[in-house]
Order: sequence, then C-alpha cells, then structure tokens
Amino acid sequence: MALMTAVPPTDSNLRGGFPETRPSALQGVQGEDEAVRTRAVETIVSVYWKPVYEYIRLRWRAGHEDAEDLTQGFFARAIEKDFFRGFEAGRARFRTYLRVCLDRFIANARQAQAREKRGGGALVLSLEADDGREALGVDAAPDEAFDREWVRSLFTLAIGGLRAEYDASGKSLQFALFAAYDLEAGDAGGADGGLTYADLGRVHGISATTVTNYLAAARRDFRRIVLAKLREITATEEEFRAEAILLFRSSPPPDA
Amino acid sequence: MPEPPLPDAVIARLQFRCEEPDLAACGHLLGPELGRGGMGVVYRAHDPELGRDVALKVVPVADADRPDALERLRREARTLARLEHPGIVPVHTVGVLPDGRIFYTMRLVQGERLDRFAAAGPDRPLPEMLRLFVRVCETVAFAHAAGVVHRDLKPANLMVGAFGDVLVLDWGLAHSAGDGISPRRQGGTRGFMAPEQESGDAGEIEPRTDVFALGAVLRFLAGCGGRPTPNALRSIIARATATVPASRYAAVSDLAADVLRFLDGERVTAHRESIWERLTRLIRRHRVLLGLVLAYLVMRAVLFFFLPG
Repeated sequence: MALMTAVPPTDSNLRGGFPETRPSALQGVQGEDEAVRTRAVETIVSVYWKPVYEYIRLRWRAGHEDAEDLTQGFFARAIEKDFFRGFEAGRARFRTYLRVCLDRFIANARQAQAREKRGGGALVLSLEADDGREALGVDAAPDEAFDREWVRSLFTLAIGGLRAEYDASGKSLQFALFAAYDLEAGDAGGADGGLTYADLGRVHGISATTVTNYLAAARRDFRRIVLAKLREITATEEEFRAEAILLFRSSPPPDA
Repeated sequence: MPEPPLPDAVIARLQFRCEEPDLAACGHLLGPELGRGGMGVVYRAHDPELGRDVALKVVPVADADRPDALERLRREARTLARLEHPGIVPVHTVGVLPDGRIFYTMRLVQGERLDRFAAAGPDRPLPEMLRLFVRVCETVAFAHAAGVVHRDLKPANLMVGAFGDVLVLDWGLAHSAGDGISPRRQGGTRGFMAPEQESGDAGEIEPRTDVFALGAVLRFLAGCGGRPTPNALRSIIARATATVPASRYAAVSDLAADVLRFLDGERVTAHRESIWERLTRLIRRHRVLLGLVLAYLVMRAVLFFFLPG
C-alpha cells in the first residue's frame, strides 16, 4: 500500500463534506482496491484522530505538541505498515485493538527516545500487537477520554453531514432550528438556556408544532447519519449494534 | 475560523435526544428506563388521561432504520393482544413515534425476574419452585393452543409477581402459525434454545421447541441452591430437552402433568422406576396412612402383650 500522509482532520473537512454511506471502512482497508483502501483509511483517521490525541495526552501525559507529533506518527506508521489490515473482526472491537496498538507504539517510542538520550542505537518503532484482546491495564480516565472523544468525533462528523445534506436540499431553516435548540450550550441559548419551541417559532415565523416536527425530523436524520458513519467504522453487525448501544446510552441531561 | 469542539453537555443532550422516545403525540409522559434487550428498550411512562403508569417498549435507536426490527415489535404487540391470559402482560396501545420507531404500551408489572427470584432465595423448597414452573407451563400451553410458539423462554423472561403469580414476558421472537413469516435467522438464548432453533431449521419450529426451553428452565430451577435433583425429575428434564424433537413431550401440558405427578408422589411417565424407588415413593406418598396403620399395630401389640386377660 502506498504511503499516505496522515492529515489531522480540520474543522472544514470534518463539518463540510460528509461522505456518503459506504460499507465498513475496516473491510475496505483489507481489500485490494487502492482507491477504496485510501478512502477507508481516511475515514478511520478522521474518526480516530482526536480520540487518539486525547488519549496520548492523558494516558501518556504528553504535552500538546508532543501529543500531536505522536498522533501524527502513529497514524503515519499505521498507514505505512498497513497496520489496520491486521485487525481481525470478531476477536475484538476495533476501538480496543487500536488502543492496544497505540499503547504499544507509544511505549516503543518512549523507549527509543530514552535510548537516543543515552546515545543508544537506531530507532525501532513497532506497531505489532499480540491481538486486540490484550488487557490495557490503564487508568479508567484515559479510556473514558478516548471513548468520549470518539463520540465527539462521530457526532461532529454527523453534524457536518447533516448541514451539508440540508443545505443541498434547501432545508437551511430546519438545520438552523436544530443548531439553535440542540447544539447551543448553556447560556448561549439552546434547551439549557430556557429556549422553548414557541420561542423558536416566533423567531422564525412558524408555529411551535412546525418547530416540533422539524426538530424531530432533524434528530432522525442526524441519528441516521451517525449510524451510517458508525457502520463504516465497525466490521461486523454485532460490533455495530454493541457500539450503537454505547453511543446513545447516556443519562438524561439537566434540561431533559 | 475553526469551530470550537462540541461541548460535553451538547453531546449528552444529543445522545439522550436520539434514544429518548418523543411521546408528545401520544400524550404519555416518559419515565426512567426499566430495561433493555436486543429487540427493545422498556421505559416507565405515565398516562395522565387515565392516571396510571404503564410500561412502554420501543425499538432501540440502533434498529430505527431496520424495517425487520420495526415489524418485529409490531408483531410482538399483535401477538400479545391476541393472547389474553393472566400469565401474559396485556397490551394497551401500539403506535409510531415521530422518528418512525414503533412502540407499544402495556401493563406495568411489578415483580422479580425468575433468575433473580431464585438467586435471592436458594433455600426455597423445590415444590414451591415446581409449582411456579407449572404455572409457566399453563401460560405457554395457552399460547400454543392459540398457535403461538414463544421461542425465547428462559428465567430472565419469566417474572414472579408479589402474590406468586408468574408472567411470561418478551414475546419478541414468538412465531405465530400462519403469520407467513419464516422464523429463520431469528435468535434465541444459548442454553435454552432447542437444537433445531439453533441450527435455524425453520421447518422444525413447533411447540416442542418451547418444550425444550421449558426443560432447560426446569433444570435451572431444580438445581437452584445446589440441591441434588431427584431421579424422576432428572428424567423429566431429560425427556423435555431431548435433542430429537420427536423424543420430547408432545405438548407442554404433558410436561406439566408429569411435573404435577412428581409433586403428588405419583409415577412420572418419563422415568422407569427401580423397585426400591417405587417402594420409597409409595412410602413417601402414603406416609400418613402408613403412619396410622403402624400406630394401630403398635397399639394392638401393646394391648396384646401388656394387658392381663
């Protein structure tokens, strides 16, 4: 596989062009079609860049720049060594597999740095992992951060996809309502700030019932896009369903 | 200018809004989640019109776009509506949420799942557990008479009420004769699933499939608390869980009848007794009568040997 540059997802490429629903990227990276593999790797990198970065910061106590370099290095190495192809669906979740390999990579990188400081030999980084089932044995907090960032990445991508879809189909008002009520936090407005459907209706010159219907449709479309994205980054139906349950399970927010 | 990352509060709100059923249209007020399975999420809900709490089952959000999952829940509601029996939770309403998910409301039942009930009281006498089992059999036999095979009977799907009533829950996998839908590809629970169900042999799904699962439930109940299982009961379990369907009890009522015979100290059809087993069973069964005869004989002996003349 040709070496590609791992590019951190910018807000423009996260929120702008959401790819159409495709089959699992994890199957795509294992195929022979170069174009499909490239697109599959881009999908994986776009979803996992920030979770990996946050995990490195917390688990490995790296500073901002160090964490960015290690994230970049991890994905570059993964692409160079075709590491995503080593994932065996059914043995573990991809998230677990990736985290185990990430730990291995960082540990090796740190070891190599220490050798360099002591004037040691050549730098050898390995991504090889026994398999995705290996216990991590780390504090809960970095794991939670990884999972939280994973959800944030998926939701950010889905919001970008929803906006692109609604702009293309002339539903900017529906997106504006969704953004105002569901995406604004705290004092800035939204449900936390005491905004009601009637308030939104008055602002946009429509009835509260129409606001209700538009919001229900937007949430339904948002969910559809999130699930389509999730399907792309899971390998099996079982993994998809288990991840979907985790993705949407949460305690009610204060405004619920 | 790059947009700031989504705040945690917004993520939590989106997670909740995506899963939370919007009940505004049906006039119910949503309560806490009560349970979650592969085919549905169950919430407590309040019906302000009638002033009562109900249970509301809805297709999980992960399956919202799967027509087969939506149809399955609708079919489950229809099946339950057909089966009016004290051992089956009655359905109140079926509807579609604004996001397209199917839901239905049913009576909110109070009780404990049979597996937890058994774990909480491992010392409960075997006859008590067997009488609960017979009630489950009666409910399942009623469903079979209506042409419905449950296909997912297990302790977690049986609920023991506060007054000893037993409810058979989760009819999501039920197969109704004549609904034209092949049961193939649908799941079940390992350990309680008949071999023909596990192999996906749709042609073999019949009441004997439930007989197998009930046999596994009986094995679970008999083994609670680590007590030894009597031979006759072991034979009942073996016949109910035979690999070949034709070797099992032909009907759930036959299984229940054998368990009742065991409870009454009668000979069970599934077990070939040894003479010693037969003797001990008869002694146990007629112990009161035997006690009286023995007392009479002792009294006569005392009178004969110790009274003058």
